[in-house]
Amino acid sequence: MTAASPPEVLRAPLVVEFPFTRSLGPVQSAFLTGLRDSVVLGVKTADGRVLVPPVEYDPVTSEEIRDLVEVAATGTVTTWAWNERPRPHQPLDTPFAWVLVKLDGADTALLHALDAPGPEAVSTGMRVRVRWAAERTGAITDIACFEPYDGPAAAAAPAPHDGVFQDPVTGIVAEARLDYTYSPGRAQTAYINALSEQRTVGERCPSCHKVYVPPRGACPTCGVATTDQVEVGPAGTVTTFCIVNIKARNLDIEVPYVYAHIALDGAGLALHGRIGGIPYDQVRMGLRVEPVWTEGGRHPDHYRPTGEPDADYDAYKELI
Amino acid sequence: MTGPRTSRYARDVAVVAFAQSDHRRRTDELSEVEMVMPVLHRVLAATGLKAGEIGFTCSGSSDYLAGRAFSFTMTLDGVGAWPPISESHVETDGAWALHEAWVKLQTGEADTALVYAYGKSSPGSVRDVLTRQLDPYYLAPLWPDSVALAALQAQALLDAGETDEPALAAIAARSRADAAANPHAQLRGDVPQGDYQVRPLRTGDCPPVGDGAAAVILAAGDLARRLCERPAWITGIDHRIEAHGLGLRDLTDSPSTRIAARHAGLFDAPVDTAELHAPFSSQEVVLRKALGLGDTVAVNPSGGPLAANPMMAAGLIRIGEAAARIHRGASDRAVAHATSGPCLQQNLVAVLEGDAR
Ligand SMILES: [Zn+2]
Repeated sequence: MTAASPPEVLRAPLVVEFPFTRSLGPVQSAFLTGLRDSVVLGVKTADGRVLVPPVEYDPVTSEEIRDLVEVAATGTVTTWAWNERPRPHQPLDTPFAWVLVKLDGADTALLHALDAPGPEAVSTGMRVRVRWAAERTGAITDIACFEPYDGPAAAAAPAPHDGVFQDPVTGIVAEARLDYTYSPGRAQTAYINALSEQRTVGERCPSCHKVYVPPRGACPTCGVATTDQVEVGPAGTVTTFCIVNIKARNLDIEVPYVYAHIALDGAGLALHGRIGGIPYDQVRMGLRVEPVWTEGGRHPDHYRPTGEPDADYDAYKELI
Repeated sequence: MTGPRTSRYARDVAVVAFAQSDHRRRTDELSEVEMVMPVLHRVLAATGLKAGEIGFTCSGSSDYLAGRAFSFTMTLDGVGAWPPISESHVETDGAWALHEAWVKLQTGEADTALVYAYGKSSPGSVRDVLTRQLDPYYLAPLWPDSVALAALQAQALLDAGETDEPALAAIAARSRADAAANPHAQLRGDVPQGDYQVRPLRTGDCPPVGDGAAAVILAAGDLARRLCERPAWITGIDHRIEAHGLGLRDLTDSPSTRIAARHAGLFDAPVDTAELHAPFSSQEVVLRKALGLGDTVAVNPSGGPLAANPMMAAGLIRIGEAAARIHRGASDRAVAHATSGPCLQQNLVAVLEGDAR
């Protein structure tokens, strides 16, 4: 048993990507399809206000609203913010203004970007118009941005619209990618570092003396930090197992194979791993196994039988 | 001095202990549970309670900050979740976890609650991460970041004549000067106002990005008096939400804060302290107006979120800081506010009172 030494901080890139597929419903479908066809639609509330971008329920009364109207592609800036350093994915990659724009005929404002030469060219109350994207798919980005506009105001009265378009857009894919740099913290760093030397370390709870593998730095029973490192294994006992018959994509393992919980000698709980070197239908509870490392592997590839006699049930029943 | 305390609720519930981490730009050497656990131990030690004696545990955090699903389960180890405990989680600021815990105590199903919250912003880009809480149809595809949205609100305030850039700089300077006395704060003392991040907001108008955690213990009735010499009674608490669409709202005002404050009884008597979750200097202007705070009220004497803004914990810290002032006799009646969402979309208001002295 050794006291934990100050950790060397491990870091690794962690990318989270999620393309959510979302259906639109009647109002958002009409609005986004309209953008694809260079038409801006809003909804009219019972009290006659025109909401752009449209929502399906009145934010004041919560009544359902379906009364579509067409508004102009010109409007007035209600507030703005100059973005000197555009961030990834934002509408323009040159400095621009974020703007809330009340389109002519609308009573509420739409958030978007304004292409302008500098902050001195932007002011609240300035007139702007939509710059349409060259290729439009039925998304808010079909408005490439707004641009300053000196021309006359379009007709103020919004025109009723049936919301019917050829080939309506009924769904969107909301793509998102977030980049992180993951650091696993002290306890898991020690675990990962030991694995690189083909050793498995756990941590012992100072209160209940259970040895956690892998360690997360805390005893979930006692709620205290685990700090004493304990080397466990290398051999262990199969406490329970299942036989996997379905091949996972990108997994280079023939089915069927055995996935097992393995209590390494000295550990207070079982970890999981694949069992190899024995026919799948001969794996059993109590089987004694040892890790098999592959060249350059960062954790055991699988566990194989040691050839020892099976462990007594009483020796591992608390760990199942 | 306050008058006799009155409660409109089924039970008297108080904040009896508060603890927080030292908030820092990075905590790479700590996992979330390693960051949270010392804070849990300190808040428990303040009351003498053990984790297993707590009636209800509730936490606030965010998977998007952590970059993985069900991330809150990792920190459950820190409260000793075996044998099973009564536990819940909110995927937002811990102030809302405190509200859930307060409701639990009101039902009579628990007499004590441990509330904790934490966030590590350092592994990712918090400005980008927060765009994912926006409406996915009209807003999120444009990736408008949290500073940009706050800047739109700030410009609306400037246009309305409700503040100016020197006044915003003064809010930032006052916050960091007050934070000099707060050993947990991340930005303290004289901090330059700096260049525009998104105009009209300068670096100094924006909160620091950092990692941190906080915890409070709630207790009901006489138990609160046994656990704490001067409990901070929650005499009112309420939270309200506004429309998500920024163009539907008057960004110079916060009606949800005002309604929550009215329901929490804030306007029934004066307060001496306000801990406001205003991550941007301009948002303090909005909240002061919504809460009707005069110049006699000490606003964010801890330094507030301009001095330390650990995501998901900063709102809970406002309640904790307000309570701590009552515990040590520096306040008799305080208001604490927490926010979530773009441009003060959701707001929680709690009124805390100490027993008359
Ligand atoms: Zn233990």
